[in-house]
Amino acid sequence: MDIPYVVETRPDTGLTNGKLGIWLFLASEVMLFGALFSTYIILRTGSTVWPHGELNVPLGAVNTVLLIASSVTMVLAWASLKLNDFGKHRLYLIATVVLALIFLVNKFFEYREHLGHGKYPSASTFDAIYFTLTGLHGLHILGGVVVMLYFLGPGAALWRRNPEQFANRIEYTGLYWHFVDLVWIFLFPVLYLL
Amino acid sequence: MHSDAAEVRKHIRTYLMIGAALLVFTAITVAASFISLGVAGNVALALIIATIKGSMVAAIFMHLNHERRWIYGSLVLTAVFFAALMSIPLFKTADHIGTAVVVPVAAGAPETGHEGR
Repeated sequence: MDIPYVVETRPDTGLTNGKLGIWLFLASEVMLFGALFSTYIILRTGSTVWPHGELNVPLGAVNTVLLIASSVTMVLAWASLKLNDFGKHRLYLIATVVLALIFLVNKFFEYREHLGHGKYPSASTFDAIYFTLTGLHGLHILGGVVVMLYFLGPGAALWRRNPEQFANRIEYTGLYWHFVDLVWIFLFPVLYLL
Repeated sequence: MHSDAAEVRKHIRTYLMIGAALLVFTAITVAASFISLGVAGNVALALIIATIKGSMVAAIFMHLNHERRWIYGSLVLTAVFFAALMSIPLFKTADHIGTAVVVPVAAGAPETGHEGR
């Protein structure tokens, strides 16, 4: 039996089930990161000493540029499908994956430098919240990469069977990806600059 | 959603412009951190710029500038709970449980050993 409302919209909500589902998921994600931001504020305001300039700001800024660029390529990957250009879609999706992987490689070097100086999560309150926030965000990046690789691999077959459903799936992936970018837009100044 | 091909083509230009604007705002964020406005001033400025950038991502890339009311409804509910979550640090500031309280002892009164709380 086919799953209903994957392409056509529900008459009551005016949305496909997937669209409403991804937004509800993102709402739960807002609460997850919100709880950690709230924790950060409590720790920051309750701390008598807070390190400044401990993180590599140029690397953090480069990572911000990478994620913004990946958001642009992601939305262009979806737009290419709407223009019926599957070849361009794949190019933009590959570009998104590559940018995400460079972000993760940068993060790896950053973590290595940080840990090399003995700054483990247990070293200080700052290190604890830094590793928690960036670690959780990094896992989200990794999750997004896995989903995009699926759509570059076996998931791409859906384009031939049902192009509209495939475009919808890419749109939902994009919504998730933009959210991950949005979280970093707040993480960068809060952790690196303040 | 704008599924019409001509409309999508028109929007591609907007996506590129927003992407460029986000890069400019990132540079502004870094530059602003070198201006000394005090801790509160710097935090406020950084969060204002981040909010502008976040709004651009949400409105244009995530198409929230023209979505269905069910999406807006779920997001309003999320915003209410998010605001409640962010107000928890305020309760923490007002909370003095566990803080040592010095209770003046009257002359000649026997010591009870209690700490007042």
